[in-house]
Amino acid sequence: MTGGPAGGVAGGAARDLVGAATGSVLEVRDLRVWYGTARGPVRAVDGVSFDLRPGEVLGLVGESGCGKSTLGRALLGLLPEGTAVDGRIRFKGRDLVGMSGRELHALRGPELGLIFQEPMTRLNPLMKISHHFVEALKAHQPGLSKAEMRERTIEALRHVGIPPSRVDNFPHEFSGGMRQRIMIALALVLRPAFVVADEPTTALDVLVEAQILRLLANLRTEFDTAMLLITHNLGIVAETCDRVAVMYAGKIVELGDARDVFADPKHPYTRELLRSTISLSTTGLHYIPGAPPDLAEPPAACRFHPRCPEAMRVCAGVDPIEVRAGGGRRVLCWLHGPHDKVPPGGGERLEREAISVADEA
Amino acid sequence: MTQTTLTPAATPEPRPGPRAGARGGLRGALHRLFAPVIEARGLAKGMLWAGIVITLVFVVLAVFAPLIAPYGFAQYQDHGQVFPKQGAPSDHHPWGTTVLALDVLSRVIWGSRTALEVMLLAVVVSLCVGVPLGLLSGYFGRWLDRVLVLIMDALFAFPYLLLAIVAAFLLSNVLGGGVATAALAITVIYIPQYFRVVRASTMSAREATYVEAARAIGAPPRTVITRYIFSNVVQSVPVIATLNAADAIVTLAGLGFLGYGIQPTDAAEWGYDLQRAVADAGAGIWWTALYPGLAIVLAVTGLTLVGEGLNDVYNPTMRRRRFRKIVFPPHPPEAPAGAGAAAADDGTPA
Amino acid sequence: MPTKPEAGAAAGNTAATTTPGTAGTAPDPAAVDGAAAGGGEILLDVRDLHVHFALRGGWLDRFAGRDRGSVRAVDGVTFQLRRGEVLGLVGESGSGKTTLGRALLGLVPPAAGSIRYEGRELVGLAERRLRPLRRQLQMVFQDPHASLNPTMDLERAVGHPLRIHRLAAGEAARRERVAAALERVGLAPAERFLTKFPGDLSGGQKQRAVLARATILDPKLIVADEPVSMLDMSVRAKILELMLDLKRQLGLTYVYITHDLGTAKFLCDRVAIMYLGRIVEIGPTEEIFGDPKHPYTRSLLAAVPEPDPTKSLPREVPRGEVPDAAVRPAGCAFHPRCPAAFEVCGWEGRDLRALLEQRWTELPEEQFMAETSTIGDLAALDGQTGTVGVPTGAGKTAEDVAALLAEVRAGDPAEPLWRGVRAVRVAGGHAAAEFFDGVDPGLVQAGGVEVACHLHDPEMTGLADRLAAERER
Repeated sequence: MTGGPAGGVAGGAARDLVGAATGSVLEVRDLRVWYGTARGPVRAVDGVSFDLRPGEVLGLVGESGCGKSTLGRALLGLLPEGTAVDGRIRFKGRDLVGMSGRELHALRGPELGLIFQEPMTRLNPLMKISHHFVEALKAHQPGLSKAEMRERTIEALRHVGIPPSRVDNFPHEFSGGMRQRIMIALALVLRPAFVVADEPTTALDVLVEAQILRLLANLRTEFDTAMLLITHNLGIVAETCDRVAVMYAGKIVELGDARDVFADPKHPYTRELLRSTISLSTTGLHYIPGAPPDLAEPPAACRFHPRCPEAMRVCAGVDPIEVRAGGGRRVLCWLHGPHDKVPPGGGERLEREAISVADEA
Repeated sequence: MTQTTLTPAATPEPRPGPRAGARGGLRGALHRLFAPVIEARGLAKGMLWAGIVITLVFVVLAVFAPLIAPYGFAQYQDHGQVFPKQGAPSDHHPWGTTVLALDVLSRVIWGSRTALEVMLLAVVVSLCVGVPLGLLSGYFGRWLDRVLVLIMDALFAFPYLLLAIVAAFLLSNVLGGGVATAALAITVIYIPQYFRVVRASTMSAREATYVEAARAIGAPPRTVITRYIFSNVVQSVPVIATLNAADAIVTLAGLGFLGYGIQPTDAAEWGYDLQRAVADAGAGIWWTALYPGLAIVLAVTGLTLVGEGLNDVYNPTMRRRRFRKIVFPPHPPEAPAGAGAAAADDGTPA
Repeated sequence: MPTKPEAGAAAGNTAATTTPGTAGTAPDPAAVDGAAAGGGEILLDVRDLHVHFALRGGWLDRFAGRDRGSVRAVDGVTFQLRRGEVLGLVGESGSGKTTLGRALLGLVPPAAGSIRYEGRELVGLAERRLRPLRRQLQMVFQDPHASLNPTMDLERAVGHPLRIHRLAAGEAARRERVAAALERVGLAPAERFLTKFPGDLSGGQKQRAVLARATILDPKLIVADEPVSMLDMSVRAKILELMLDLKRQLGLTYVYITHDLGTAKFLCDRVAIMYLGRIVEIGPTEEIFGDPKHPYTRSLLAAVPEPDPTKSLPREVPRGEVPDAAVRPAGCAFHPRCPAAFEVCGWEGRDLRALLEQRWTELPEEQFMAETSTIGDLAALDGQTGTVGVPTGAGKTAEDVAALLAEVRAGDPAEPLWRGVRAVRVAGGHAAAEFFDGVDPGLVQAGGVEVACHLHDPEMTGLADRLAAERER
């Protein structure tokens, strides 16, 4: 909304140029990740594009079953058997799509990191914490001496606030928050350029969550690590992310500066999602009727139209076209144009049957 | 789906789709039990069906033995004519006769009936004892659990054949040397197996929230065990039961071979026949040992295949999903092919 | 529990006389219901309730018959619940809120204390005697998937309470009531859901079914343990709305257990903030959220992430995590994390250990190495109170240790721990830190709420001032 039509395009183009000049860590173009099932392909990620600059945190939000975790895993090449990937994931000039499992494995750790929701399941209960670090360092930086590895371990743990006196403890001797700190240290000990954090604080209490979020914020400025933060908690995104991508039914429906998007959501889904979040300032209950669609048979055209309070006739008939708003904002919604592509009569309100209250996620 | 074209997906069905859903009561339960069997794919399917076919053949032989077998299992003469001893296969005796002048083919067929009887009796009795004990022990714990575990572990630690022999020996004084004795002797071996499996899954089910929820709605322990725990615990039982059935045939044959099994006058039994055929093998008489031996191998193989197939089918971690190959359709030209191709519009609403 | 019972009982009396201050003014129907009942009868009266869990030691302990003691999951809780009210039990994991909720329904046996439901004592009641009461006391669990038996269809699952309590004559009558219950929770048309198994339903639908099962007997009290925390953001509002609807239709009273302050603020008439088995602050929702008294409540509220771009993360997040309830901190259990803790809050040896360890994660390499070698094994500090001997490192003297402690103190004089130290002395070849004795805080009235914090107890702040004068500079 900041500039005219030309301004919007110029702004976007300029941003892309800057991105190219400083070298985006990650460029995702038209990524599709489909699962093969007996009912046909499940389109978990269906045409997703975005860039990530060094040190930038991109929040990825949406309801469960919208493909957030699949996207995160696809970026790291961690997809289950029977998944097909199409599109481009350019990481430091190399395309991760089509890379062999061995090559990807070599990249994971030193270049690509992952922070999980439940840290205990990722730590070997029979291995001392120091041993976990030694294993990771050995695998990816074989030249290090024993003393150097120990030094790096203590340093990494100190960074996340784990006292050196505890490096030789076992995972079960730590609390949930400490374990998540250890996982973060483990993900960052090799200084990866890009990290996916999949709901890193969901299992934690609110105070520990705040600690971990502050820690993540400090670390990315220190290490210049780019991060994709997957979460269902919009509050976390508002407080820790530079930009936010809103995902619905396998597509990014809105992407932009986190403050801008939260202050002035353009896509009806973003707006409804914000309204349905219960926070300390909530005074009335609001929710989106219905549930995210079955991605094996997504609704035609705009996938949100069956639940959208502002759906027009065109929304059910023609695929929406991505539109750039000012400030690098992208929206995938017919409300925002392009208006010359809307067929005659397409702007009329869509008549629908009411969605039953029990049809919900 | 009678909807207009403009409302393609008001999601009329909840997402998990049309699986299992629309049946209640016993039919629903049966459907849920057998659906995975019908839906089984690949190796599991092959194993399962091969096993079922082999097993069915033996069941048919056992059930219709009087009709199929040319002679009785203890018959050594026909129309006043005594059968030859160790007679080679001939028109009258296609698989030959034994040292006791019994028809091998008839013995094998009648033997399948004995095997089936012993197997069923052993499995049913051990189920009926082991499962309830496991449920009680796992649910109530404390001293009951300790005592039962002690007894069961003692039984389990015993070499199983030795245990069966001792049991058979003790029981034969009371029940004689018939099918019941052999079956009960085998039962003693299997009770601890059901007990252990059921107790372990009961102990984990006891901690489940739905059990606490059942207590919260006021369900007494009996209801909790029968309505909430039992139905979730029995799912592991069919697999063990089938594998035990296979094992029971071997054990029965073992008992018979060692002379602690069923007396030849009570019923035909493969192990006993095999034992009597040991001496024949050196004299070039192959038919007396081959056919009973083959029957044992086949019956055990059939049941094992069923058991392993069921295991694959019911155990989701072992289950191999079949994947459809995905061919991506080309993108429609106006689709957003990355940031560069986004439409040039400022996004102001109309 | 030396100071607790008296304090708890006194607090209980005051709580009984406190009424929400908003009677009749709030337009929200839930609040009106709550307030209308506010002056009314007490449904549940809990006094000094304790729930202990025995600790299971390792196999060696069990073999040797050694007892590893017990955890006080609920450690002296007193509150009243009025008919028609929604009381929130809010706390982090380990606060004992779930155990308290289960104890209210007799699902875990209390070690001591009293729960009176409509005047009837529930503590010590045999399961058999409790069972008829379960018609009136129901529970909703956190995980809707786990709280339904996967092998029962909804008709049987929701109708099972009727069968257990023999309340419906015949299959047809039962089916009718089940259908009505399902429709009441929005699972309509009921015919579509009667034959469904839990595996066929979404999370929200399962929680609706659980609510149908909980309400089919027309209960009076429902303890809802995090009923929406496992659900998607967009479904939570629907379930909360349903809970409010059911409350209006059936005249229910709720105990709402949660760690989510947002939903608690919206749903509850009164809120009890719990920490390590005790209530640290209890009062009307508006007061707790508008003017939190306890430092713990304040930090909780500051830490909640808000989807508001103008708000950013708080500077001050309390350090550390909820401590192990088996080794409860001395004095106020929150003091090791409290930014406002002072002389009487219960400082002890392990707080010094935590302070040093925290410092060492922040120091540069050489200094950190030097300091670790000056002080011996920090584990020696655990379990010490009063005069705490600080171990000396190999080749160092007690004076070195005392000097280091002085340096640490000078480096961060604002650290609350030093307010609890009377002096650091060297005696008998050892350095020792002398801590003031801590006092266990009881609930005291502060404004419209009750709070267990010395900051709001004039007697304690006075004592602290006198102690501060004793402190050696």
